[in-house]
Amino acid sequence: MGNFSYLMDGFSTIITWHHILIMIVGVMLGILVGVLPGLGAPNGVSLLLPLTFTMDPISAIILLSCMYWGALFGGSTTSILFNIPGEPSSVATTFDGYPMAKNGQATRALTLAFMSAGIGALAGVIMITLLSTWVAGFALQFSSPEFFAVYFLAFASFIGMSGNAPAKTLVTMMLGFAFATVGMDTISGGLRLTFGIPDLIKGVSFLVAVMGLFGIGELLLTTEEGLRFDGIKARVRIVDVLKALKEMPRYSWSILRSTVIGIWMGITPAGPTAASFMSYGLARRFAKDKSGFGKGDPRGIVSPETADHSAGTAALLPMLALGVPGSATAAVMMGGLMIWGLTPGPMLFIDRPDFVWGLIASMYLGNVVAVVLVLATVPIYASILRVPFSIVGPVIVAIIFSGAYQIANSTFDMWLVLGFGILGYLFKKLDYPIAPLVLAMVLGDKAEDAFRQSMLMSNGSLSIFWSNPLVTGIMALGLLMLLWPILANAVGVRNLRRRAAGHSAKI
Amino acid sequence: MLKQIAGMLLAMTAITPAVAFEPTKPVEFVVTSGPGGGTDNFARTVQSIIAKHKLMDAPVVVTNKGGGSGAEGFVYAAGYKGDPYKLTFGTNNEYLLPSVAAVPYKPEDLTPVAALALDEFLVWVNGKSEVNDIKTFVTAAKAEPKAIQFGGSQSKDTDQILVSTIAETTGAEFRYIPFKSGGEAAVQLAGGHIDANVNNPNENRGQWQAGMVKPLCVFRPDRFPKSEPVHDGKGWSDIPTCAEAGLAIDSYRMPRTVWLPAGVDEDAVKFYQDVLKKVSETSEWADYVAKTSQTSQFLAGGDFTTYQTSDRENVRKVLKREGWLVE
Repeated sequence: MGNFSYLMDGFSTIITWHHILIMIVGVMLGILVGVLPGLGAPNGVSLLLPLTFTMDPISAIILLSCMYWGALFGGSTTSILFNIPGEPSSVATTFDGYPMAKNGQATRALTLAFMSAGIGALAGVIMITLLSTWVAGFALQFSSPEFFAVYFLAFASFIGMSGNAPAKTLVTMMLGFAFATVGMDTISGGLRLTFGIPDLIKGVSFLVAVMGLFGIGELLLTTEEGLRFDGIKARVRIVDVLKALKEMPRYSWSILRSTVIGIWMGITPAGPTAASFMSYGLARRFAKDKSGFGKGDPRGIVSPETADHSAGTAALLPMLALGVPGSATAAVMMGGLMIWGLTPGPMLFIDRPDFVWGLIASMYLGNVVAVVLVLATVPIYASILRVPFSIVGPVIVAIIFSGAYQIANSTFDMWLVLGFGILGYLFKKLDYPIAPLVLAMVLGDKAEDAFRQSMLMSNGSLSIFWSNPLVTGIMALGLLMLLWPILANAVGVRNLRRRAAGHSAKI
Repeated sequence: MLKQIAGMLLAMTAITPAVAFEPTKPVEFVVTSGPGGGTDNFARTVQSIIAKHKLMDAPVVVTNKGGGSGAEGFVYAAGYKGDPYKLTFGTNNEYLLPSVAAVPYKPEDLTPVAALALDEFLVWVNGKSEVNDIKTFVTAAKAEPKAIQFGGSQSKDTDQILVSTIAETTGAEFRYIPFKSGGEAAVQLAGGHIDANVNNPNENRGQWQAGMVKPLCVFRPDRFPKSEPVHDGKGWSDIPTCAEAGLAIDSYRMPRTVWLPAGVDEDAVKFYQDVLKKVSETSEWADYVAKTSQTSQFLAGGDFTTYQTSDRENVRKVLKREGWLVE
């Protein structure tokens, strides 16, 4: 139990008033940047980085990582309240979180999201504590074919979710892939789909797309649906927070499944975005009563949030142990490590155990601090919805456009956001699902790179995806997920239905 | 109106030539890599040194524009013709990119200010590999053409150009697999999924410390200066140069460069050259260079131009041979 005593040492390093104050400041700043779409965790952390040059590395990493936790929570807040995901990984939270808030249950939605996020994060840290040595070795087994298999699995487990119109799903997904190819191609080094427009060289930012598709699209729709310019009348009471906390145990199965998915995606390391989408897709698939999904089903909030945070936390391990950043924020933090004089990599655990275990201990404490802080402020956030739409609407528009500009300091992106807004509005009107487009945009270029690298490695033979037990296993799981609806239909749909009916009758 | 003011200011500077350029509003550091990349660390180190030693009164704002292998940042800066408040940080990609991709800027759209350091390249293999020197490596590669997989960062960039140069010099044939970053290529090598990479010291240091990868030789004209051992009693200075180990490439390095938009005043260029020169003389700079195993070398004016010309010529030869040249 060497890790455990290291962890205790870590706790003794960080439990000082100085460090706890830093945590609180970090979390508060993080919530702030998370709530402002476009600013986001990576930008927030890099803005703060120069301040840390004069701090000791442990205080500095506590500040930055707590800011990261805060930003993740802040990102969920805007997803639920305004349908604007602050972070790519909180897109899946909008699917049910926003409808629930719209039904007047914003407090419940926020509480469920924050609580499950906290549970997910803690599960991730516990995994890091117990398995750090094993995981580092495991992540090394991943090469391009394995990465492709993981992305394939994410696509496959998500694909059946908008079951009613497969052709429409396919269309939006292909559009997403097309957007993902804009810009410089890693494999050939050439520019694609830029049409000679200099602003397209950097590619189409995923955040610009979601802010337009969800944020602007939703605003256009709300305005059209009878100009509801008054706020939601629901009362906001602390009791609602407690009530929502009490119903948490009902979703233990969803939470458990999502934790496993999240940790797995975090260490492989496919990242939190893939994890939250996959977890949402599976929650819907395994639910007996699917009718509530998309309309504010609590499981649709709990599942992606748990997976997002457990993956986000678990993803820090590959960064520390291998020196591969799992996310943009992790990349900035790694840059920070080097400036503070530490080398991320396998030796960090051996050379600077005080730093590594201090960080891990701060992850326990930082997340607890973050959950307490956000839960205490839920009523404040929820009451934002009571402000009349005629005030909130324009503010959201202003925030979206300034956010779009801030991503890359590019005015072109503001036009893009408008374009995506109109696209989002049309999609909603014509009943095209937006989620597959978003998923394809986030994972599309990674999946493409991984596929083409695999083809280079195998000289163009597809057999590389069945070349070892690991990649074969993931691919087989992916194929199973893809064919599941057909299989379920063919074999036991009547069986399942009868059992489901019997079950609900008993209740 | 603005023109008149500018004209007046110009007239004033003409009368009193002693009043040199001095920034009076925030200076933007345009970084042509994503956060955490090598160029990002370079720019932020310069920023922190300027702040610490108060080398400049105006505040500094760092923006990352690393899209399109850095083209995003160069195009952005090129659009601010004559603006002395956009200082752009890069490598030799400033003049390399326009040769391999149809990017909407020309190398001449930016004014060279200075180069501060040279980053090194090495040949690395997996730590468990039986190959211990570059000669054996080349012999093995020749025995089985296209069997050895070289990983590297990006396509048609410094890494692939070096791999192509090695192939040309030795007559061996390799397969090149491009990854998003040197960090990814490092992990793929540590995991044994590729056979070799040509990473910079900083990209592979962590893995070398743990013995997961090992260096065969470095493309420097001389060995690294003496330093602490890194792994198994061996340090950077124990790595032979590729030329002495039997691979006839004397030197292959990447400059860390700083640029201004074209059409800026000579005074502004001079001002930043002075600031950067002072940066390169601090102990913090020496620290950064030592930690990342780069070579501190301040090049400005004619020296920098000469360096660029010869670097461009060498690279163009490779690009031409591989058919990558975009005209």
